[in-house]
Amino acid sequence: MNFSIIKRSDRLTVKIAGELDHHNSKAVRENIDIEIKGGNVKTLVFDFSELTFMDSSGIGIIMGRFHLMSLYGGRVMIKNAPDYIKKIIFMSGLRDIVDVA
Amino acid sequence: MNDIMKIQFPAKSSCESFARVAVSAFIARYDPTLAEINEIKTAVSEGVTNSIIHGYENENGVIYIECEVRDRQVKIIIADKGKGIEDIERAMTPLFTTNPDGERSGMGFTVMGTFMDKVEVKSLPGVGTRIIMTKTLETAGEEAECG
Repeated sequence: MNFSIIKRSDRLTVKIAGELDHHNSKAVRENIDIEIKGGNVKTLVFDFSELTFMDSSGIGIIMGRFHLMSLYGGRVMIKNAPDYIKKIIFMSGLRDIVDVA
Repeated sequence: MNDIMKIQFPAKSSCESFARVAVSAFIARYDPTLAEINEIKTAVSEGVTNSIIHGYENENGVIYIECEVRDRQVKIIIADKGKGIEDIERAMTPLFTTNPDGERSGMGFTVMGTFMDKVEVKSLPGVGTRIIMTKTLETAGEEAECG
């Protein structure tokens, strides 16, 4: 798994490639949080176009970031999720609180 | 002869991907669909993560996986000798987590239950936990042979 975090204006885009599980979720989480807490992030975008695997650890990351972004008055978006990962996102009810494009 | 694989490995988070790959390689010989493989990999990942975080509470331990295919029915047992689950029904409730501040979603058993046909959990506090999951592969493929 590798990931990139790009900040452009008030939009933070996190692109995760490969497999996201409990083992590597901590590094992703901590790096995103540093950026959010750095200030001026209104939209957090998860780009899952190159994500090949995700379990409920990914749900935990998204839920946790949703709560953090709420504190800052921002929102969370998920884009380009493969169908099977969308299934996990939908079963968790995340669709009700984040935008899934 | 039944087709059975048994593996054991340390309860370390770095072994989660190994467990997924080992089970999916075993089942791949039955020509499952990509969706079926993804669903089984995810369920295995949830079970193994559960043993690491809850069974052994991130301390040393061993995880045992047994995988069997018979008449295209896949049976996977994930077992640990960890602390066990006091209230299995509560543990299987969606969004229930013992670790709300630790970024766990509480969706592990829900994911297993959604992606597998049946999930049974047997646990004794102080003895360990066994998760028994079954799923019937839909597409008919060739009988798997190793040699």
